Amino acid sequence: MAIEKILKDDASEEKGERARMASFVGAIAITDLVKTTLGPKGMDKILQSTGRGHGVTVTNDGATILKSLHIDNPAAKVLIDISKVQDDEVGDGTTSVVVLAGELLREAEKLVAAKIHPMTIISGYRMAAECARNALLQRVVDNKENAEKFKSDLMKIAMTTLSSKILSQDKEHFAQLAVDAVMRLKGSTNLEAIQIIKKPGGSLMDSFLDEGFILDKKIGLGQPKRIENAKILVANTAMDTDKVKIYGARVRVDSMSKVAEIEGAEKEKMREKVQKIIAHGINCFVNRQLIYNFPEELFADAGVLAIEHADFDGIERLALVTGGEIASTFDNPESVKIGHCKLIEEIMIGEDKLIHFSGVEMGQACTIVLRGASHHVLDEAERSLHDALCVLSQTVNDTRVLLGGGWPEMVMAKEVDELARKTPGKKSHAIEAFSRALVAIPTIIADNAGLDSADLVAQLRAAHHKEGCNAGIDVISGSVGDMAELGISESFKVKQAVLLSATEAAEMILRVDEIITCAPRQREDRM
Amino acid sequence: MALAFDEYGRPFIILKEQDQKTRLRGIEAQKANISAGKAVARILRTSLGPKGMDKMLQSPDGDVTITNDGATILEQMDVDNQIAKLMVELSRSQDYEIGDGTTGVVVMAGALLEQAEHLLERGIHPIRIAEGYEMASRIAVEHLEHIAQKFDFGPTNIEPLVQTCMTTLSSKIVNRCKRPLAEISVKAVLSVADLERKDVNLDLIKVEGKVGGKLEDTELIYGITVDKDMSHPQMPKQIQDAKIAILTCPFEPPKPKTKHKVDIDTVEKFQTLRQQEQKYFDDMVQKCKDVGATLVICQWGFDDEANHLLMHRNLPAVRWVGGVELELIAIATGGRIVPRFQELTPEKLGRAGLVREKSFGTTKDKMLYIEHCANSRAVTIFIRGGNKMMIEETKRSIHDALCVARNLIRNNSIVYGGGSAEISCSIAVEAAADKHPGVEQYAIRAFADALDSVPMALAENSGLQPIETLSAVKSQQIKENNPHFGIDCNDVGTNDMREQNVFETLIGKQQQILLATQVVKMILKIDDVISPSDF
Repeated sequence: MAIEKILKDDASEEKGERARMASFVGAIAITDLVKTTLGPKGMDKILQSTGRGHGVTVTNDGATILKSLHIDNPAAKVLIDISKVQDDEVGDGTTSVVVLAGELLREAEKLVAAKIHPMTIISGYRMAAECARNALLQRVVDNKENAEKFKSDLMKIAMTTLSSKILSQDKEHFAQLAVDAVMRLKGSTNLEAIQIIKKPGGSLMDSFLDEGFILDKKIGLGQPKRIENAKILVANTAMDTDKVKIYGARVRVDSMSKVAEIEGAEKEKMREKVQKIIAHGINCFVNRQLIYNFPEELFADAGVLAIEHADFDGIERLALVTGGEIASTFDNPESVKIGHCKLIEEIMIGEDKLIHFSGVEMGQACTIVLRGASHHVLDEAERSLHDALCVLSQTVNDTRVLLGGGWPEMVMAKEVDELARKTPGKKSHAIEAFSRALVAIPTIIADNAGLDSADLVAQLRAAHHKEGCNAGIDVISGSVGDMAELGISESFKVKQAVLLSATEAAEMILRVDEIITCAPRQREDRM
Repeated sequence: MALAFDEYGRPFIILKEQDQKTRLRGIEAQKANISAGKAVARILRTSLGPKGMDKMLQSPDGDVTITNDGATILEQMDVDNQIAKLMVELSRSQDYEIGDGTTGVVVMAGALLEQAEHLLERGIHPIRIAEGYEMASRIAVEHLEHIAQKFDFGPTNIEPLVQTCMTTLSSKIVNRCKRPLAEISVKAVLSVADLERKDVNLDLIKVEGKVGGKLEDTELIYGITVDKDMSHPQMPKQIQDAKIAILTCPFEPPKPKTKHKVDIDTVEKFQTLRQQEQKYFDDMVQKCKDVGATLVICQWGFDDEANHLLMHRNLPAVRWVGGVELELIAIATGGRIVPRFQELTPEKLGRAGLVREKSFGTTKDKMLYIEHCANSRAVTIFIRGGNKMMIEETKRSIHDALCVARNLIRNNSIVYGGGSAEISCSIAVEAAADKHPGVEQYAIRAFADALDSVPMALAENSGLQPIETLSAVKSQQIKENNPHFGIDCNDVGTNDMREQNVFETLIGKQQQILLATQVVKMILKIDDVISPSDF
């Protein structure tokens, strides 16, 4: 009697070596895919969506690339997931984490081929990761006390992050923008408060940070275009027809005259509401919902600037900036906090009119206006800036800083190598492999820059043999340079997250000895 | 397919649409069933023990699960065979009943089936085998009780509990920080346990996970976390000594459940209705304020106007909180869930020392922590980890550890792990077999052999020589008359499980043997499988 089929028709099962191979192949394929984007001389990818319009994205951001891929290999999915988490958690290092995890698996593959049990490899990797983390901890620089120095640290980190992106030409400019924006947040990590407005036209250098706040809306017709010493009421209320919300209420009348009466009453109600709003003593009214023509006209009559349909984020930011509260009822004008700003005016950027609030009370939120040649450039610029902002806001909370340019990897590799020499047993092979995987990152950076990686990494290793060395790869001049002098820094938090999640992911994939794939859910063809 | 003939020799059909069905009978059926059961057990066999491997499962929608937990593997597998489904059920019932040992039970059942196959080949009737297994399992369970040890623990001495939880966790991916996780689990269970009644309601422990951070950041919160934020962005983010009104009625215009119509046909009606509505909102908020609440937690949504009124009156509020969470909050804060605004009274408010909002990472993820509650009988375990699969697997592992801790509070007997209990049982059953007259003797002896398969799998997974190791341990157990010798999976150097601190719960082990025997008995009794050939 043959062994009965256990699984459903299309489900498949892969065991032992085959399963492991499938995971390794999938993971390494993903790594090779994103590997070329690593480092300051990394290349970009074009992604074309299969959806309507075949929209094109040009990007260098690991998380964005991986998010758009349709992958079937389960191990590859694990890598994509860690990249996504890295993006959510610290915002940068999304490529590095995948590359490191991939390199770890590549090394593990060799070890497995040499008949070392995956569990032994895992325990070796764990020891190595712990050791690497400690090595980093010993070398961190913390300039929390010295505000001046810390600011220059931030500046360096921002420049390092941006140098691998499309903004690298103007990285100083953008680094300044990002640092200024983050410093305004005063330690909060709520990046929602930083608004990024993209306007095609001009060049990237024309991008600027606005101290005040810019709302991408138009001012109602016939209303003042410029208000000084504005008193702003931020509201979220229906200004179309204020419905009676009690359930089941409806208008049922039997004659035309009554319709007119009720319409009159409705109008009266709206007029009252507008009066109440105006009674707050404001000269600017911003609503999240639509404002219909009738109330708009009333506002115009009263000389109040009314802005309709500002989206939710806009409202929240505006409330944050001007110090007002978001109101929905208007019966107690004395206790509603009203926002203030020195000047509201309509400004032109490119061809679009925007509303500019300047001289605001609380400077937490701010706006960055990006200019650039095309939508693709702007999108990529936004992503890059987002990365930089994320890293900076995380660094403000965790002020420990490391050098960049492959320096941390070399420091870790050195310590891990030393550990390997001290560890008896098969684990030492795994620990050695870990250090090789770490060295792979500077190697890839050098390779991507078209440099002789073997030579450079060897020089780097030699340089690191000395205690307290700051050597890293200087991609610009193509040699080993002092990272402290070159001002290339990275955030400790990012590096730590890369190290830990990559090890965790590699461990997870290594532990698998069987892949069971369920039958894909049948989709009905909708013709 | 068997045909029946009537007295005139004409064939007639017994089953409907007979030729479209496949049918297996007699020894064929039993063998097919056994091989199916064995195939399932073989999949799980490599997951057993601290050096066991994980399985990667891809769901029909393409989601990936990586796990080491027997019950989860089987549940996610697309099993089609009926007997294989029985094995899945078996693992699940172990999960429900005990929570741990879901892999072991399937491996055990697989070994029993394998032994049964040999006996069938010798021509022993399946029912006799089943009966022999039944007797043997009784002997084994009794023997377990005999070798079990009781240990004392108390709120101050949690070490034994932690050690047992660590044994459970050591086979999972989280074994990197099994110590802190085991401590968290034990503390969580102890804080919700009813030590007098010896019972633990695991519903009071909420296990939440959020990706990001590292596993070491996992923490036990004496309170509740809710994955929500304040309804109005400008409400205070931190409230000291909160008095919480827990509502299940929305801050929205009233919606009577009976069908009705309010017709507006005059201007007066329109205006009175409007005023009523305004007053209604005002009343709702005022009522909450009047009883002295400083925080409102509501199951439903808020109308914009109500939201602003709450903000205006300085009454922070949280909306869209799920029913289960609401209950937990009520338990933790000692409040009552209030279904109507009219029924709000100061006594019904819950109390918490600190309520704060915490944000994570670079996205706008926020969570609400309710801590220092009046009654800290509800706790939350908050898991962090590198990726989604890691979090899910950690949740499952924590669940196992919690179950183990609970079982120990119910019954503080333990047996030693590392296969030592199985080996000891095997020796006892083997000895009993010789005394038994009748054919069942063979079945009992086979049972003893099947018991050996668990330590054998452990040794195999740990990269040891299975037969050599097992025979060495067995002889050591008999020679020294000490049931604590097991397989030294972690290469520590000793195989005395007492020294290695590897414990398992007595009830867990007993349940494993009983459940496995039951399922095997059931499978053995089947002698006819009729299934439609195409569907």
